[in-house]
Amino acid sequence: MLDAKIPAGSLDQKWTDYKGHCKLVNPANKRKLEVIVVGTGLAGASAAASLGELGYKVKVFCFQDSPRRAHSIAAQGGINAAKNYQNDGDSIFRLFYDTIKGGDYRAREANVHRLAEVSGNIIDQCVAQGVPFAREYGGLLSNRSFGGTQVQRTFYAAGQTGQQLLIGAYQALERQIALGNVKMYNRHEMLEVVIIDEKARGIIARDLVNGNLERHFGHAVLLCTGGYGNVFYLSTNAMGSNVTAAWKAHKKGAFFGNPSFTQIHPTCIPVSGDHQSKLTLMSESLRNDGRIWVPKKQGETRKANEIPEEERDYYLERRYPAFGNLVPRDVASRAAKERCDAGFGVGTSKQAVYLDFADAIKRYGKIEIGKEGRENVSEEEIIALGKEVVKEKYGNLFDMYEKITGENPYELPMRIYPAVHYTMGGLWVDYELMTTVKGLYALGEANFSDHGANRLGASALMQGLADGYFVIPYTIGNYLADEIYNKSISTDHEAFVTTEKEVSNRIEKLMSIKGNISVETFHKRLGKIMWDKCGMARNAQGLEQAITEIQQLKKEFWSDVKIPGAINEFNPELDKAGRVADFIELGELMCIDALQRNESCGGHFREEYQTNEGEALRDDSNYMYVSAWEHKQEHTWELHKETLNYEVIKPTQRNYK
Amino acid sequence: MQHYNMNLTLKVWRQKNKEDKGGFQNYQVKDISSEMSFLEMLDVLNEQLIRDGQDPIAFDHDCREGICGMCSLYINGKPHGDWKANTTCQLHMRAFKDGETIVIEPWRAGAFPVVKDLVVDRSAFDRIIQAGGFISVNTGNAVDGNSLPINKDAADAAFAAAMCIGCGACVAACKNASAMLFLSAKVSHLALLPQGDPERKSRVFNMVAQMDKEGFGACTNTGACEAACPKEISIANIARLNKEYLFASITAEK
Ligand SMILES: Cc1cc2nc3c(=O)[nH]c(=O)nc-3n(C[C@H](O)[C@H](O)[C@H](O)COP(=O)(O)OP(=O)(O)OC[C@H]3O[C@@H](n4cnc5c(N)ncnc54)[C@H](O)[C@@H]3O)c2cc1C
Ligand code: SF4
Ligand code: FES
Repeated sequence: MLDAKIPAGSLDQKWTDYKGHCKLVNPANKRKLEVIVVGTGLAGASAAASLGELGYKVKVFCFQDSPRRAHSIAAQGGINAAKNYQNDGDSIFRLFYDTIKGGDYRAREANVHRLAEVSGNIIDQCVAQGVPFAREYGGLLSNRSFGGTQVQRTFYAAGQTGQQLLIGAYQALERQIALGNVKMYNRHEMLEVVIIDEKARGIIARDLVNGNLERHFGHAVLLCTGGYGNVFYLSTNAMGSNVTAAWKAHKKGAFFGNPSFTQIHPTCIPVSGDHQSKLTLMSESLRNDGRIWVPKKQGETRKANEIPEEERDYYLERRYPAFGNLVPRDVASRAAKERCDAGFGVGTSKQAVYLDFADAIKRYGKIEIGKEGRENVSEEEIIALGKEVVKEKYGNLFDMYEKITGENPYELPMRIYPAVHYTMGGLWVDYELMTTVKGLYALGEANFSDHGANRLGASALMQGLADGYFVIPYTIGNYLADEIYNKSISTDHEAFVTTEKEVSNRIEKLMSIKGNISVETFHKRLGKIMWDKCGMARNAQGLEQAITEIQQLKKEFWSDVKIPGAINEFNPELDKAGRVADFIELGELMCIDALQRNESCGGHFREEYQTNEGEALRDDSNYMYVSAWEHKQEHTWELHKETLNYEVIKPTQRNYK
Repeated sequence: MQHYNMNLTLKVWRQKNKEDKGGFQNYQVKDISSEMSFLEMLDVLNEQLIRDGQDPIAFDHDCREGICGMCSLYINGKPHGDWKANTTCQLHMRAFKDGETIVIEPWRAGAFPVVKDLVVDRSAFDRIIQAGGFISVNTGNAVDGNSLPINKDAADAAFAAAMCIGCGACVAACKNASAMLFLSAKVSHLALLPQGDPERKSRVFNMVAQMDKEGFGACTNTGACEAACPKEISIANIARLNKEYLFASITAEK
């Protein structure tokens, strides 16, 4: 039985009680305890800075050339917090409830409640660090709406919220580096966890500049290594985002939770051709003002602005009047796919729908005119003023759209289509964020913990910072308090030597294949299998096929991959080869997980299980659990189940109508 | 938008490592779509090189959406290429015509040594931030976010400076390889906010000292940095930095 170590007591007291009773480490002992943090995104940077402040000796790793470049930097829309500054009925309970419901009742109540509880502290901390959130004229913080909620609780900094939050955490981290509490390793990739007496005691990392392997000891190891959406090849993730760190941990005993739970984001710039290397998100915040539609006529050939109002189908507003364009992501994505599959798609590929700002521009223009108290203003002037307002809100997103597509979204509606965006699955962790390996923790997108089967917008930033600033500083003490008797272990220890050998053997094996097919080609092929058969819609037959195909792909990869260059030099192709090899293994597990779950929930949509109206049909009596997979041997995993007990919320069918 | 395909000649800087002297090498690419991004075009070339058993060209990149600051490249004599307010990863091939020759070089500055080919080491920027580019507030110290109202214009101006992505194009564009625009963006971001006030003087002193130590050149106000900056960081920030520095100097306790 998997024990999530959820504290006893009523839901709203669990975290307070935990903090009141967890073990502490005194300052003198903290200095003797070493912690390894892998990753410098919101989760890693905030954890490393906070642990450094507390006095632990911290080592931090990232594969980019600077910690500031972690993928969190790309987050656009915002971060949620239950501040109720808008007086619109928000509360900790409501944020908790929305998150559980948004996740289609597949998340753990205790974790989500804690997340909602600390959400307010995150905003306070970020403001104190100088994060320039958007403000109103009175000088107070501004909020916007995000999908799946009916309150305004999203804090933002134009379309660069992730950047600003990460810069805040990065600066806190750099300060600790300057103070000597934290040591930073840029352009390093963790390639293995070192386990001694069943506890995580360090890592093997590769210096990506010269290819040398290094051994690093830690009394505890934190993986803050982000999500694995790139298993689909095309996603909104940064090019380097990968599963390697989590996968190595998995193969060393850490269970993998809900691997198939993937978020497909409804509003991304559509694929333009085979050359495409990544997809670009158009933030969910755009759905505050943009209206989504397709023509009512199948195979429509007219341009968007030639199609009159009455011939447009605003299908989200039609199907979901209560939430309209702001339904959760999984719902919006499936609805777009449904329309395109039925022949109503737009653009050359017909795999796109419109996201239209014309109404918003007019509405804002009129408000501006109203403020000035003017009448009889021309339509052109209203539109011009409205465009200014829209520009202030979303300017950088509109610019990005224009650079990529060459079209001006102030004049023409955007064309958008769903794309892989986020992975709810990840390393299984207990309430303390510890994996099934003692002393090995997972934070941020790398863990599976808080979003169930579908994450609500603006909640990943919240979770990453909650984990790093406000959860791990407490929970790690509870573990390290018993470690003060354990001196640092020399990296000459046999376990370090053998683990390093495993890593170097694997690298040499990769380099010795000298086949004919590039790493990129294998990655694309894997992505296609995953997208076609384990993407927005899945079925048993497709998944079974996918498993066979992936096993075949793995064989081919290990016999025919072509990696140029040498081991002991800067060699991005070699780095990528290792990552793709891990993605291939992960892909198989994702399909196994999706096949096992004979229900639809959130982003996991099994075609066999849907309501008459095409909504996800859950099966609570059989699948109200987290699937946590234990790696046994090649192609073999054992399923463990963490039963989800809803003590406070009563699961019902999600309704956004 | 009319799409087209093109054939191009690429003149690319190749350098094995920091010690190597390096030099240009020419490559041909065919059937490049105007819809591709510049880096996707380089992906095509690299796939071609791998197929032919040659060493692919190393270049830095990650987000490919203009925000991480990882991509660089001096393209036809301009950092991040010819488009205004743009990063290399967001440059698209419709900026080029069939038959063109494109010259691609790394950032060139003493403080940014070449790692390989087009990849440089920009860790000097991190060390400048370490010297004072932060507000000293430990986790858990904060009061309620709305207890400190901040004038919207000040907040917006701080945000405009905080948009810097740390790419280093300003240094690459500057004939003196000065890091003043980067540095001034951070000093401005923090000086414009009341939270940044307590450490105002030490911050500007320490950061400037670190910049000098890293070997960046002096600023002679040519404005090349501003023109190259993908985030349109204003040169007015440099004036603010100078003012902050002067103020700190005059009022410094001896
Ligand atoms: C385009 C986009 C927009 C988004 N917008 C929003 C939004 O508006 N609101 C919201 O809440 N969420 C948003 N998200 C989701 C959110 O940004 C991410 O889930 C979150 O930032 C992940 O943070 P993280 O700290 O867990 O990991 P990341 O930021 O991905 O950081 C991972 C770190 O781990 C390091 N790393 C990984 N593997 C290794 C290894 N083997 N060795 C060494 N280092 C390693 C990397 O170098 C990096 O530093 C968005 C996501 C995308 C893709
Ligand atoms: S100031 Fe501009 S050019 Fe310089 S590092 Fe920042 S974003 Fe890049
Ligand atoms: S790759 Fe991130 S800014 Fe260009």
